[in-house]
Parts: sequence; structure tokens; C-alpha cells
Amino acid sequence: MKQTRFIDVVPHIVLIVGVLIFAYPIYVTLIGSTWDSGTIGRGGLPLWPGGEGAANYAQAWAGEAGARAKYTPVRTMMLNSLIMALAIALGKIAISILSAYAVAFFRFPLRMAFFWLIFITLMLPVEVRIIPTYKVVADLGLINTYAGLAIPLIASATATLLFRQFFLTIPDELLEAAKIDGAGPVRFFIDVVLPLSRTNIAALFVILFIYGWNQYLWPLLVTSSGDMETIVTGITKMIGTGESANDWNLIMATTVLAMLPPVAVVVLMQRWFVKGLVDSEK
Amino acid sequence: MTFDSRLLPYLLLAPQVAVTLVFFIWPAAQAVWQSVHLQDAFGIRSEFVWFENFEHVLTDPNYLDTLKVTVIFSVAVTVLSMGTALLLAVLADSKIKGARAYKTLLIWPYALAPAVAAVLWMFIFNPDIGSFGRALRALGYDWDYRLNGGQALWMVIMAASWKQVAYNFIFFLAGLQAIPRSVMEAASIDGAGPVRRFWTITFPLLSPTTFFLLVVDMVYAFFETFGTIHALTQGGPGKATETLIFRVYHDGVVNNDLGGSSAQSVILMVIVIALTAVQFRFIERKVHYA
Repeated sequence: MKQTRFIDVVPHIVLIVGVLIFAYPIYVTLIGSTWDSGTIGRGGLPLWPGGEGAANYAQAWAGEAGARAKYTPVRTMMLNSLIMALAIALGKIAISILSAYAVAFFRFPLRMAFFWLIFITLMLPVEVRIIPTYKVVADLGLINTYAGLAIPLIASATATLLFRQFFLTIPDELLEAAKIDGAGPVRFFIDVVLPLSRTNIAALFVILFIYGWNQYLWPLLVTSSGDMETIVTGITKMIGTGESANDWNLIMATTVLAMLPPVAVVVLMQRWFVKGLVDSEK
Repeated sequence: MTFDSRLLPYLLLAPQVAVTLVFFIWPAAQAVWQSVHLQDAFGIRSEFVWFENFEHVLTDPNYLDTLKVTVIFSVAVTVLSMGTALLLAVLADSKIKGARAYKTLLIWPYALAPAVAAVLWMFIFNPDIGSFGRALRALGYDWDYRLNGGQALWMVIMAASWKQVAYNFIFFLAGLQAIPRSVMEAASIDGAGPVRRFWTITFPLLSPTTFFLLVVDMVYAFFETFGTIHALTQGGPGKATETLIFRVYHDGVVNNDLGGSSAQSVILMVIVIALTAVQFRFIERKVHYA
């Protein structure tokens, strides 16, 4: 019989320690969201759940005033984040699949010029053009609107490149057959290209939804009213300077709710997600 | 094989081109324009000043300090997150029981926002409410990242790296799975131990992935960690955790110095373009060899 040697156990130990390092902060936050703010504020948070969970989540969800201050209701912030994330993900997919279709299946003057114009956006992340972009959005009257939150982030070179790459693998015979059957470009797009792109669209959706949900700097700038607050920026505003006398129970419940949608998407759609990530970045 | 149509391709391109022009090209051009102009206090008149704004920025000792913080921060985050991810990926890829479960449990932090990762770290290391923060103080160590610059830098580095490990892990795992098993088995038969196999076969064959991640992690550390820093330290105490992107935000939004902030934006653009160019040169080379 083969004995279990110490050397065989080492990888498990390392992996388990790794898993714990990532799980521990989440565990603490989950536990914290079930206690009262006084217990957390004194630093005496136990390692087991308390009895305030339901009350904390209900209070955070409805935005009732905590012991220290009143906050934007989590349901409002979650809805704002959801609208922003969906608009960014679906908007990016829609405009890039159309432009990739144009570049891949048509020959027209200035084709490469347009391709490069889109390509350049890769080099201009929102962070480096932040102030002038803010000014453009302000001039268009889009401060504190969903359009202002989403549209400046939806042009994406990576999605366009991914779709173009994929379209180039569609065999010529398919296009030929469609043409013989009398299908025009619009028919071909709806009946052939869209169904074939399903997996790519799903994979991209997962990545872009998380990208949209996790936006920070941009929502921080373009929203100033509480009812347009997104949840990720909302948490840091609740924390303020991080003194011990915060409504930590509500902050932790809000953090749990903020993590839930993107983590659920990653765990439930793991295969698509990994495919989407590895494909779109390479 | 293509379709013939005069108008349709332009219509298909219109939405993306419109968004790109209005929200990318125009603002970027504005940043370049403002970076060579000086505006008066009321924002009515502006004067062309050549490279004066850049001169101010680049000779400002504060800016050079920020640059230093950014370099330390980015290198630390890149090395820490890549090293940890590579170790975990190599172990999870080996024929180990429960490999699938380990993978799922290590992938999910990708879903967390950088700012949320920072908040989670704060729950643990806050000197008043965090278990580790209080433990450090109980041990007699003067722990307070809100007052001590070195500790603050350590905090943002750890929180930013912690969040980025999952991303690196996913790509290292994909890279490892692309290495043919036969190569490893041959080395195994030749009597090479696991450590030797790693350094002579796995690591060199992973180099495309490693290089790709190096660029992505640098870009992450430069830009996306704004949320981490804003949520944890606000760039402080003093300017101990102020990175280049945080400074652009601070000078432009809080101090309302458009020229200076734009000059800094242009410097950042140059950095991104350089990083992207390096990445593409490399991809070209990879395609050439493949």
C-alpha cells in the first residue's frame, strides 16, 4: 500500500491556504452583516453569526436611517448599478457586432481608417481622458442620467476585434450559399451570423456585465444626486473617513449585496466567463 | 467574399464611430489642447503656453514623488499577484484531487470591484474594528494605516494584489493547459523532478502568458486601482499612496487645475500607448513563431 507522504500533502495545504486568504474577508463581512453596529464598532466581532441579519438587510435595502446617518436605499443603488451594467454590456455588444460586421463583410472606401479609429480607443481608457470627457458629458446635459453613466463607456475596441476575428472564421461557402439563395446582408446577419455568434455574445456579456457593475471613477464623477448613486461608489460614501462609530452593520450588509450579482454571474457562468476572458484578451 | 452595398456599411459603423468621436477622440484632443494652454481663473481666456504645463508638472517634486509611489505600487502589485497566481495555478493544474473545486474557489474574486476589495481589507485591518488590525495593536505594534504612510502603501498594495490574483490565475491556468502533456511525461521519464520540470519546461513555455499578464497588470495597477486607493486611503496620509491617476483626478476635479491635469492626462496617454505598443509588438512576434 502506498503511504501518503508529506510531500503529497503540501500542494493541498498551499491551495487551501490560498482559498482561505480569499474567503476570509468575505466571511468576516457576512458575519458582520448579522450583528449590530455597536458590536462591530467596539472591535468585538465574533466568528459566528449574530441575530441582527434580517433587520440589517431590511434596513439597508429600504434605506432607513442607521444609528449615525441616513443613506441612499440599497434597492435604488442596486437598480442604478444594474441599469448601468446592462446598458454597458448590451450597448457594447450591439455597437461592436455591427461595426465588426461592416469591417469583415464589406469593402468600402475608408474601411481601414474606420477600423483604426475604433482601434485607437484601446489606448484611451476612461481614466486618462477623465476631465475632458466629463466636460463633454456635462455640455450634453447628461450629468446624473443613465445615458451619461453608460454611453461614454460603451465604445470598445476589444469587443469589435473579437467579433471581427470570429467573423473571419465563417467559411466563404456559407456566404456564397446565402447569396445564391438571394439573401441580402441584413438577412445573412440575422439568420446566419447572429446565431453563430451566440457563444461569443454570452461570453462577452459576462465579462462586460462585471466591467460595468464594477465601474468606480466614472460614476463617482457623473452622479451627484443620491438617487443616481451606484452601489460600489455608494459603499465608500457610507464609510466616509472610516471611523469606528460608523453604521458598520449596514455597510457590511450593503457590501454583501454589492458583491452578490457579479460573483453569482462568475460562479454560475464559469465556463463562458473563462472562455470570454481568455478569448477577448488575446 | 463580401457584400456590395454603398450605404449599409457606413450605417453599421455609425453608432460606434459616433461614440468614439464624441467620447474618446474629442476629449482626448481637448486634453492635448488644454495641456499646452493656460486658462485664466474664470475659464474665459486661454493662452498658448507651449510646454509650460508639462514643465511645471515634470519639475514639481510632488509629481516626482507621485511617480515614485506609482512605480513602487505597480511593480509590487504586478509581482505579488503574478507570483501568487502562478504558484496556485501550477498546483491546481497538477493531477490533484479536488482540482475543479480549487479552481472555482480561486476564480470568483475576479468579480469583485477594486473598491470593494479595498473595503473588505479595511474590515479586517482597520485598527479599530478589524480583527487583524486590533491583533497587531494588541501585540504592541503601532498599526494605523490612516496615519502611517508606509503602512498605508502596504495596505493598498495588498488589497490591489489580492483582487488581481484571480485574473492572473485564470490566464496562467489556460496557459498551463495548452502545454502538451507528452512533453511533461517525456521529462518525467528522463528523471526530471517537479521543480526542475517547472523551470526548464513549464516556465519557458508559459512566457507568452507571463508577458501578456505583465502588461495587463501594469495597466491595472496604473488605472483601475483608483477605486482601491480612493476607498482605502484617499491618496493619504499626506501623499503616501497617491498614484498618477489619483493625482489627475485630484488636480482636475478637486483643485480644478485644468492645464496641469490635462498635461498629466497626456503623460498617462503616452504611457498607455507605449504599453499597448509593447504588447502588440509581442503579439506579432508570437503569431510569427506560431
